[in-house]
Amino acid sequence: MKSAQSIASINDFVIKFANVNGSGSASANELFARAVMRMGVPVAPRNIFPSNIQGLPTWYEVRVSEAGWLGARGGCDMMIAMNPQTWDRDVASLDAGGYLFYDSTKPMPASKFRDDITVLGVPLTAMCNREYTDPRQRQLFKNVMYVGALIALLDMEFGVAEALIVDRYRGKDPLIQANVHALRLGYDYVRAYLPCPIGLTIRRADAVGDRIFIDGNSACGLGAVYGGATVTGWYPITPSTSVIESFTSYCRKYRTDPDSGHARYAAVQAEDELASIGMVIGAAWNGARAFTATSGPGISLMQEFFGLAYFAEIPAVIFDVQRGSPSTGMPTKTQQSDLLACAYASHGDTRHVLLFPENPYECFTFGALAFDLADRLQTPVFVLSDLDMGMNESLCKPFDWDDSRRYDRGKLMTYEELEAGKDFGRYLDVDGDGIPYRTIPGTHPTKGAYFTRGTTRNAYAKYSESGADYVYNMERLRRKFDTAKNLVPAPVLHAASQPTRFGAIHYGSTSPAMAEASALLEADGIHVDTLRVCGFPFCDEIMQFIADHEQVFVVEQNESGQLRSLLINEGEIDPKKLVRVLHYDGSPITARFISSRIADALSDRKISPIRKVAS
Amino acid sequence: MTYLAKPKLLSADAPKNALGYTRRDYEGAISTLCAGCGHDSISASIVQACFDLDIEPHKVAKLSGIGCSSKTPDYFLGNSHGFNSVHGRMPSVLTGAALANRNLLYLGVSGDGDSASIGIGQFAHAMRRGVNMTYIVENNGVYGLTKGQFSATADKGSKSKKGVLNSDSPIDLAALALQLGATYVARSFSGDKEQLVPLIKGALRHNGPALIDVLSPCVTFNNHSGSTRSYDYVRQHNEAVNRVEVILPRDPIETSYPPGSLRRIVQHDGSILHLRKLDVDYDPSDRIGAINHLQERHALGEIVTGLLYVDSSAQDMHSHLNTVEKPLNQLGDAYLCPGSKALEALNALLR
Ligand SMILES: Cc1ncc(C[n+]2csc(CCOP(=O)(O)OP(=O)(O)O)c2C)c(N)n1
Ligand code: SF4
Ligand SMILES: [Mg+2]
Repeated sequence: MKSAQSIASINDFVIKFANVNGSGSASANELFARAVMRMGVPVAPRNIFPSNIQGLPTWYEVRVSEAGWLGARGGCDMMIAMNPQTWDRDVASLDAGGYLFYDSTKPMPASKFRDDITVLGVPLTAMCNREYTDPRQRQLFKNVMYVGALIALLDMEFGVAEALIVDRYRGKDPLIQANVHALRLGYDYVRAYLPCPIGLTIRRADAVGDRIFIDGNSACGLGAVYGGATVTGWYPITPSTSVIESFTSYCRKYRTDPDSGHARYAAVQAEDELASIGMVIGAAWNGARAFTATSGPGISLMQEFFGLAYFAEIPAVIFDVQRGSPSTGMPTKTQQSDLLACAYASHGDTRHVLLFPENPYECFTFGALAFDLADRLQTPVFVLSDLDMGMNESLCKPFDWDDSRRYDRGKLMTYEELEAGKDFGRYLDVDGDGIPYRTIPGTHPTKGAYFTRGTTRNAYAKYSESGADYVYNMERLRRKFDTAKNLVPAPVLHAASQPTRFGAIHYGSTSPAMAEASALLEADGIHVDTLRVCGFPFCDEIMQFIADHEQVFVVEQNESGQLRSLLINEGEIDPKKLVRVLHYDGSPITARFISSRIADALSDRKISPIRKVAS
Repeated sequence: MTYLAKPKLLSADAPKNALGYTRRDYEGAISTLCAGCGHDSISASIVQACFDLDIEPHKVAKLSGIGCSSKTPDYFLGNSHGFNSVHGRMPSVLTGAALANRNLLYLGVSGDGDSASIGIGQFAHAMRRGVNMTYIVENNGVYGLTKGQFSATADKGSKSKKGVLNSDSPIDLAALALQLGATYVARSFSGDKEQLVPLIKGALRHNGPALIDVLSPCVTFNNHSGSTRSYDYVRQHNEAVNRVEVILPRDPIETSYPPGSLRRIVQHDGSILHLRKLDVDYDPSDRIGAINHLQERHALGEIVTGLLYVDSSAQDMHSHLNTVEKPLNQLGDAYLCPGSKALEALNALLR
């Protein structure tokens, strides 16, 4: 059944594992991904999972790319088809010339295959039944066995996978032996009965470097630890829960008082998101660094409190790991669809500071930075991640920290200043940057106390319904927001290899696919400057980029073009200038998608050269 | 409403407490509530309790939701930080504040609408969690600030000022707090300062969630006949189970009560609650008995007041969370940031 033009590629392909949720395949699949990395070849794995605990289909996609492209590519070169439920779909999704690996214990009719692919059968169930009696073992070792088979098929080093098993089960020798044995069974079978290697192979390289492999949520939790957060109120919601799990587990490690065993942090699982943000605001009002992690539905519930925190000028950090919404189902899929809900969250004239990390490294650095910004600006700061970045491990720069850095606690009026008679007006713009001074409860016995409320007050926090006081306050808040422009991380520009009239703006997890799309376009002679936006409010550089280009594509992962709307609104941009490139089916945006959309749009405009890119 | 500034008449012989403060040092801005509103009497009782206990005003954080009742923290303890938060959500804000600094006293002030209607979820969970706070509900059976709609504590069958009968069952916040694990539960009446002040004092010295449900008539919208929250109705149906006196460790202990009529309870911080029994069979250390008593008496149309329940060995949220003794908001960078060495070690594990 082998077709003539099988895909041939070294260190550059996509393998997808089709599994059943809860079958224990995740750790075997990860073993495979790590083995590729240990051979010095970058991988970008992604989980595609249902909103369910057991029994439904899941996929694990491993993109192998020596060139280092970490975004989703689109397409599939090899399918490990372990789930009969999704067989037809999985077979159909293979690229022509691709490879289908399956459990050949039960014979399959020819109609179940395709004649333009290579079929590789290994009788995994039969082998397992022969080897093991315990049903759970049969299931688990079947997974390890197919990894062994892959090691042989892709011409990988057996010792690398073996060493990973030894690392993983260190100290548990029987487990090591059993796993290595299963790995070996799969490997030996392929070597004995199948032609190998196939056209896809892994060759040792040196392209991983010192990079680390971690998911964005773990990095956000670590960022909160390094950022000095001591209080979190939270409510479970996929895909954000693991931010809190990461925070608490790193805290147990780094924030347990060595003498007393007491915790230097407090994590409270709230009764809902209203309570979790309420706790954060109460703690931050009282001078602790506090945060919560949530996703779209939680953002919706927190709206009233965001407005209060904005007007009462309370620092709070919110990690929003975006997902498809609402209800269950799409929620285990990725999207960037909370941008507007966060930017203008709440009633009244509110606008909020947003940070857009692109990968786990920035989840860590922006996560830690968010606490400084929140204290400096005395306002909620949102870190917008998404399911793709948050829940998938990804290669990124190793984390770093400057030990001379001190937390910026912002404008806090101290006991000494109050004692010396310094004038304290809680909402007074003393420095002209819109940021007032605040006092923490308990600072001074007789000075500096004030009553915190929404907007009905004067600059000295005294009750006032006067229009002039309200206007003073709103103008100061506007100045404060302008100050924020230059405090959020600057955008990142990638200039095309030649001067061009075309630009593309994007943010967050779109970044790796955008980078690769630019390269694909360049290869076709299409030049596009790209700008990655890292924060909101938008700084002048972003508006300048738009001004400098005739046409700007806004590439994002939602249906309504939320970043585009925000740019138009904030920069008073002519909408015709900004072209939507939108991906919102719940899967991560791919390089092929972006490049073909841009190429199509430019060919419609009869821009030459107009060679179309493969999609 | 009046914008008259408070007269700064301080007579030289105004009594001072151990800190050298007069009662005036515990007052706040001038009240803008209706003349005769029960809530103002509660503010005065809070001032008295804090004065009596020699509390440093800046060591108190006062938090509230939204309502006439929730406005009152502006009218007492002017040297304390206050937070008029959002409707029904004071408990979570207070919880967060308490997490940040375990060394302040937390005083939550709320209304029956704020706590029993929109905020019943947060009310319940703050009690469950063991937040160390004094939580005062100024209970008038209506929404004062939005002009007299029934709240969820209004009795079934009671009549609104406009003549509407309430057909929904009432929520008894004291009974609910008992069931949810509050460790100090009392009920009182804004018009009975002698009963209320010691109950607030006992609550402020309690280590755990202390709820005081204070019946506090709304003279503008719920003081008519047919209301079960009017001054007259509450006076006529008030059945106190005990009278409390709070004695600090430093005070000489003297009592003139006959033996058997007095119960002495020592709280976690050494303060002593002297309970003069009015109902000899009532046992304030019996949580289930207290719930039953409230329900039986409510069925008879009585309003049970006094210290309903106290657990003198209560533990608070911080002991459940095992947090460090130093307030979290005072931990310096060195205690919080693991630094670059730890990060390098972590990087090595992530390769
Ligand atoms: C989210 C929200 N909904 C409605 C309101 C309007 N509102 C203000 S006070 C109040 C009721 C207050 O009743 P209660 O807590 O009993 O206080 P009282 O005025 O009786 O002391 C309502 C419904 C609001 N402020 N916020
Ligand atoms: S409306 Fe009622 S509750 Fe509000 S201030 Fe007036 S009397 Fe008090
Ligand atoms: Mg009320």
